[in-house]
Amino acid sequence: MNLNEIILKSITESTLQVFSTMLGVDIACGEAGVKAGMPESNEGVVSFIGVAGAWAGTGSVSCSPAMACRVCAEMLMCEASAVNEEVLDTVAELTNMIIGSVKTELEKHLGPLGLSIPTVVYGRNFKTKSAGNAEWVMVRFQWDDESMLVKLCLEPKEQAAHVMFHTSSTDSCALEV
Amino acid sequence: MESNVLVVDDSAAIRKILQRVLRQTGMAIHTIHEAGDGQEALAVLTAHKIDLVLSDINMPKMDGLQLLASMKAAAQWRQIPVVMITTEGGETKVGEAVKLGAAGYVRKPFTADQIKEKLAGILEPALPL
Repeated sequence: MNLNEIILKSITESTLQVFSTMLGVDIACGEAGVKAGMPESNEGVVSFIGVAGAWAGTGSVSCSPAMACRVCAEMLMCEASAVNEEVLDTVAELTNMIIGSVKTELEKHLGPLGLSIPTVVYGRNFKTKSAGNAEWVMVRFQWDDESMLVKLCLEPKEQAAHVMFHTSSTDSCALEV
Repeated sequence: MESNVLVVDDSAAIRKILQRVLRQTGMAIHTIHEAGDGQEALAVLTAHKIDLVLSDINMPKMDGLQLLASMKAAAQWRQIPVVMITTEGGETKVGEAVKLGAAGYVRKPFTADQIKEKLAGILEPALPL
């Protein structure tokens, strides 16, 4: 399994587990894959969380305002009909839990990683761009008519270029060369 | 005897969920106080008698490990059990928390049962009505 496949599997498992545990909901996996980094238009709620260590990058969760409100209502067992501070906070925490779980899984392969405090953006027709050329590993999830995209880009930091991702048929680990 | 619990997390969503979960545990809880970071938590500890702290690790201003270290360095708070509730699953930060004297940790995402199980033995069960 290469690193992107590990990230993809981890995003899928973490997201399903967070929804199942914190919301009591089983959501479905949709399209998944790897996409080169480029500015993309967004609409709705987008959250970001930084990953740092020998490998660094960004995790992101994006969804429609309706999906964000539904997640908030289900997770906090409250009414949420419009995107407010509580809804944004819930999406931030959702991102923290999903990418946090992915980070924990990746630490087995890449060594210790840190997480930043998440940032959430809500609006229309805005563009996001991550500095760097890393590819995004992304998985779309479906909850009835609404969808949510979870993605992560990760690349080795220059000063830690001697740590290479190493993989074998059964396991993989960060390899010092 | 009913206990006073302090929930420390920068996420209002998690504080709200923990409030609900704590009320569902069947433990003898009097008041649940909240704080958004370690600094706020120290202010609550100064102002109120707290019997248990549930704290996140990654928080702005003062994180959960700094809060834990501050509590263990202060004679008046040293005996208060601190349970870390965190996305950190790696050995580094969790191991540091245990070294600093954390009473245990629960990984996010969590179930009500996991919280209840962790608090059994720390808090007393509520008396039957």
